[in-house]
Amino acid sequence: MANRNFTALRTIWIKECTRFLRIWIQTLVPPAITMSLYFVIFGSLIGSRIGEMGGFSYMEFIVPGLIMMSVITNSYANVSSSFFSAKFQRNIEELLVAPVPSWIIVLGFVGGGVARAILIGVIVTTVSMFFVDIQIHNLAIIIITLILTSSLFATAGLINAVYAKTFDDISMVPTFVLTPLTYLGGVFYSLTLLPEFWQWVSKANPIVYMVNGFRYGFLGVSDVDYVLSLGLLVGFNLLLFTIAYRLINRGVGIRS
Amino acid sequence: MKALDISGLTKTYKGGTQALKGINLQVSEGDFFALLGPNGAGKSTTIGVISSLVNKSTGSVKVFGHSVDTELVEAKSCIGLVPQEFNFNQFETLNQIVVNQAGYYGVPRDIAKKRAEKYLKQLDLWEKRNEPARELSGGMKRRLMIARALMHEPKMLILDEPTAGVDIEIRRSMWTFLKEINEQGITIILTTHYLEEAEMLCRNIAIIDKGIIVENTSMKALLSKLSMETFVLDLPVQSTPPSLQGFAFRNIDDHTLEVDADKDVGLNDVFRQLTDQGVTVLSMRNKANRLEELFVRMVEKGRKEQAGAA
Repeated sequence: MANRNFTALRTIWIKECTRFLRIWIQTLVPPAITMSLYFVIFGSLIGSRIGEMGGFSYMEFIVPGLIMMSVITNSYANVSSSFFSAKFQRNIEELLVAPVPSWIIVLGFVGGGVARAILIGVIVTTVSMFFVDIQIHNLAIIIITLILTSSLFATAGLINAVYAKTFDDISMVPTFVLTPLTYLGGVFYSLTLLPEFWQWVSKANPIVYMVNGFRYGFLGVSDVDYVLSLGLLVGFNLLLFTIAYRLINRGVGIRS
Repeated sequence: MKALDISGLTKTYKGGTQALKGINLQVSEGDFFALLGPNGAGKSTTIGVISSLVNKSTGSVKVFGHSVDTELVEAKSCIGLVPQEFNFNQFETLNQIVVNQAGYYGVPRDIAKKRAEKYLKQLDLWEKRNEPARELSGGMKRRLMIARALMHEPKMLILDEPTAGVDIEIRRSMWTFLKEINEQGITIILTTHYLEEAEMLCRNIAIIDKGIIVENTSMKALLSKLSMETFVLDLPVQSTPPSLQGFAFRNIDDHTLEVDADKDVGLNDVFRQLTDQGVTVLSMRNKANRLEELFVRMVEKGRKEQAGAA
């Protein structure tokens, strides 16, 4: 049983990785180009006039946030589009007729999203090294935050795809929820620049904790406690995984 | 042991449509079984419930003794499904599709690759193994779905309209392949609109209409119920239409005659009477597929009984 489940999980994961590698021009190249533009415009051109932020050059300050922004959008987009396409083309039935437990299906798709997010993270970090000397304060926190954030948004993308009935439905959340929350999540600024009320409001935004946890791993500075960041990430991961598991197990959106 | 044992199966969809109204069906191990019915009769819903794509409302389904309620993993492992619609990823290669499918059943990748070669070769798809599935013809896509369903070497293969839309040459090669794997011991359940296909392949048959089984018997017993057949006789152009004593007949045009003949009476007398009138029969054929005629009759009978019960 354990062997069969492991083989099934490995198969879904390989299939997912093959999918995003097959369409690398759509999945891997755009983040590299977009982030290069961010580094050039916000980092070099505008950043040089901003001066220091949090004790670091503006470019150094925004690099962790920009990597995290790519990780969030790509992990979410990978699973939402892949799972919805599988529903749309009905090849999700290949999994439903097989003796694959629901938690393996969730883990397999989420694993694919995490793999893409890590690869994007590496690509964007490499690009950033052309603009700034990367320093690492705590590698373990960087890796843990990266994996937990990508798995969280990959699971969220899966839940979105379960409910989606059209391709519009999988683009609405990234456009109207994820993008605003990410831009207002302290990627480009320190929360300390905000009035106290807006600092308090910002702390209701979960992405603030992910960006700051990640930034702590690189720079050793954060607007929030990194332990709290990791705790929230673990909690949200457990919550969303449970929701995704229950949805798949009940066959919501995939079984009649 | 029964390969399939369905008892009191009902399915009501969310909108209130009652697709299955208490199906009872048994299929023996090693059988080649046909499930026939008009569109919307409940065939695909039945197959969906057996293969876990549709949640049943009530009733029980056992596959080789394994209940889909309590031993779903074992039940699923026994089934290979060839659905009606193409449901593979059109952008994946044939090899990826079949190897991945084996992986979902826990077949290790090295074994899966060997099986992929075996089944893709058997179904004449090996040359196309590295091409994306979207580039295949309709017949090739159908065969790909059969290869995919066999990758975990199931004990039972369920085919929902497997030859829909394929030309007669490919259809016949698929029939040969299905007969071969049935002879090797795989139980086959088939739904089809080509009644000739069911007659050619299947030993037992069930006819379903409006969610109930209206007939469940052997193909031989079913066909024996058909006593009257209609023959079309092609004649040279006739100035005077021929007539027949003791037979219902119709002169369709000046060179075509239709005759209804009871199979116990035979056609000798038809030929004798036509010869006496100086009429030459150039050729002759059955007007309709016998099974088709019987199928229509069974469905109509079932509907009358349902109306009577209501």
